[in-house]
Amino acid sequence: MVHKSADEKLLSDLRSFLGDRARDGDFELGLYSKDGSVLKGDPMIVCLPIDTEEVQQIVLACRKHDRPFLARGSGTGLAGGAVPVGDPVVIATAKMNKILDVDIDNRIAWVEPGVLNLDLSRELSPLGFHFAPDPSSQQVCSIGGNVANNSGGPHCLAYGVTSAHVAAVEVVLPDGRVTLLGDLTPESPGYDLRGLFIGSEGTMGIATKVAVRLTPNPPEVRTLLLDFADVRDGAAAVSSIIAAGLIPAALEMMDQRAIEIVEAFVNAGYPTEADAVLLVELDGLPGGVEHGVEVVRAVAEHHQVGSVRVAADDAERALLWKGRKNAFGAVARIKPDYYLHDTVVPRGKLVEVLEKVYQIADAYDLIAVNVFHAGDGNLHPILAYDADEKGVLERVQAAGRAIVTASIEAGGVLSGEHGIGLEKRDYMGMLFSAHDMATQDLVREALDPDGFANPLKVLPSGSRCSDSFGQHVPDGAWV
Amino acid sequence: MSPVGEVDQRVLEFANVVGASDPVTVVGGRTQWAVGGTPEPGTREVRAPIGIWSHEPEEMTVRCGAGTTLGELTEQLARHGQMVPFDMAPEATVGGVLSVGHSGLRRLRYGHIRDLVLQIRHIDHSGQIVSSGGPTVKNVSGYDLCRLMVGSLGKFGCIAEVTLRCLPIPAVTRWFTGFLDPFEIFNQMYRPSAILWDGNQVWVCIEGVVSDVAAQASLFDFEEVTGPPSLPTAGRLTVEPKELRGHAQKPGERWIAEVGVGVIHTDCVAPHRTISDVNLSLMKDLEDRLDPNNRLNPGRQVLVR
Ligand SMILES: Cc1cc2nc3c(=O)[nH]c(=O)nc-3n(C[C@H](O)[C@H](O)[C@H](O)COP(=O)(O)OP(=O)(O)OC[C@H]3O[C@@H](n4cnc5c(N)ncnc54)[C@H](O)[C@@H]3O)c2cc1C
Repeated sequence: MVHKSADEKLLSDLRSFLGDRARDGDFELGLYSKDGSVLKGDPMIVCLPIDTEEVQQIVLACRKHDRPFLARGSGTGLAGGAVPVGDPVVIATAKMNKILDVDIDNRIAWVEPGVLNLDLSRELSPLGFHFAPDPSSQQVCSIGGNVANNSGGPHCLAYGVTSAHVAAVEVVLPDGRVTLLGDLTPESPGYDLRGLFIGSEGTMGIATKVAVRLTPNPPEVRTLLLDFADVRDGAAAVSSIIAAGLIPAALEMMDQRAIEIVEAFVNAGYPTEADAVLLVELDGLPGGVEHGVEVVRAVAEHHQVGSVRVAADDAERALLWKGRKNAFGAVARIKPDYYLHDTVVPRGKLVEVLEKVYQIADAYDLIAVNVFHAGDGNLHPILAYDADEKGVLERVQAAGRAIVTASIEAGGVLSGEHGIGLEKRDYMGMLFSAHDMATQDLVREALDPDGFANPLKVLPSGSRCSDSFGQHVPDGAWV
Repeated sequence: MSPVGEVDQRVLEFANVVGASDPVTVVGGRTQWAVGGTPEPGTREVRAPIGIWSHEPEEMTVRCGAGTTLGELTEQLARHGQMVPFDMAPEATVGGVLSVGHSGLRRLRYGHIRDLVLQIRHIDHSGQIVSSGGPTVKNVSGYDLCRLMVGSLGKFGCIAEVTLRCLPIPAVTRWFTGFLDPFEIFNQMYRPSAILWDGNQVWVCIEGVVSDVAAQASLFDFEEVTGPPSLPTAGRLTVEPKELRGHAQKPGERWIAEVGVGVIHTDCVAPHRTISDVNLSLMKDLEDRLDPNNRLNPGRQVLVR
């Protein structure tokens, strides 16, 4: 598809203060037409601001020319949140990547939105702290993206997701005003606009500075790998660990196929004959960690564990995690493309829903690989495929819908951490009533009455007039 | 009504009680009734549904009527070794505590209570049920209206039903005291549950397994006590955690601060904190949209200048 030619007046306005950081070359537009999802859109102009003032100027220029805009971090989002639809100007935060201040006494760091998640934790590490949310994409995803998607990660089981770790966000509102939502005090006055903004997927403005909370590094960490001959025992062990009153720092599960391909990729020493493995991490003070290890052992034995491997040192620990964190990369070795869902189900329903996932994959002749945050009941079924295969995308989408339906029927939700974006927008009606969505839209409108910020995301079009949900993918985006 | 996940009959009944026309306020345990001012005279008082509707220990979630008292919740959860660390008066109600949105005494370890809220069903100004969030421990489906409801003093709706995340009750909970530098304790101890300070004396809550608690307590010259000191209740001030150091010099009042958190409980009336003009306009706009006829808790104010 040929992109529409940029609005010349707008472009020259933008260039007047951004210079060559306002771009409309084919290369850039191509680069910013996609994110980590399978969807593709059509950006009009790409801007690379360096500070809040520039972001504000861009927003004002867009308003002047009646053009929507879209914030973009690293483009790793998996729900199409950063896919440009409605011919927006893309505001990429890549050049806003400074850690501005580390305030140990307040246990806060002020960062620009383009700072990468892992860079922040690396920087904090010598001081004895880290940023708790650790998405598997943490090497590349940005803090701004984490805030917009309220991202999670393996360690959010014990520590909570992004919202619990952000004290304040400086935002350029969709009308160009700049404001600080939340503050460093424990209860900022008025309504919790900070909490509302986090997870709003760029539809309420652009985060230009973030005050993140610092979490002290645990004095003791123990990582265990448990293998099971039957995935059902593994899933039952997950519930039993939690029911025993233990909240591990992380509790991740991989199924047989995941183990196989990951092991072939990273050689972490995962038992390839197992039907499922659990990666369990316990952290804290030594007594609690020791107690936790005993509880996990006892529970695992009760559920017919094959073996319990306790990482002997940091190197072994890192190796065990390497397997988990490279699962997506490993999938790429069996099929070039993958499509990933992110539903959450009650832990007690994990086995039931996993079995449905396998049945659905079989029915659509697809390969399903499961690596997921089992402790939270957050499933990540990966459907691996080759986009060149004729008709495969339809099958992938139909299978995805079936997985979402099965999860919601089991008492689950649409998304645990990846967000709704564009991809799951039209599924919202499976979880919420028309009135629920109309209320959400009313709230969104308070921040963006004219629909300039990341249009067509999160809520199905026509949420205010109850039931016309429009087509699955809006004009201008394609899979 | 949500298409999936049945709405409890008691929520439907409550929606009828709230109705769609006259001014209405939800009465909880009246333990924090004066926060934000009392409702205008003539405002009809209603009570949210009560009862624990489901507690699934292996899910670590509990769903209850918003009128349920913390006492009842605590007792029910404790039977399974679990808790929700609200740390407020037992006669306070779940809905009331969330509407006021003040965090509990062990916030240093457990975070703000708003982060324990998974799903809220409320009755809006038009008498209709609105569900937000979801029943699972993790969820980012749709806008996070749950966070917005916490601390909104009922201005956006009458909370009918709440699903909360539970935590395991720690093996031991111990309180210690001493005449020490609280900031030093904050810097040296690993995740204590609370550090209270009156400018002179310190009280620390340490929780966990026995050996860890003993080891942490031995880092300082403490004496064990049975619990926290009584807190002054007239005012509640919130400052940046590091500003507490400066608070030491102010004489005259009796106060107890939560070190590392920034809450100061004082026997003086705390001044109102200002809200920036931009935020105020956004917040007023939200009020107008969510309660166009000002029938929800009229007279009570979140936005005092
Ligand atoms: C291999 C892989 C593994 C992943 N694992 C996880 C995981 O474990 N947990 C998890 O939660 N996610 C995971 N993700 C998803 C993704 O990495 C996260 O959602 C991440 O937070 C997105 O950050 P980003 O910088 O790439 O944002 P983008 O994709 O660029 O943008 C995401 C959304 O945020 C908005 N946005 C970006 N910056 C701003 C800003 N400054 N202000 C306002 N809005 C903004 C965009 O408009 C868009 O809606 C994974 C993705 C991949 C590819």
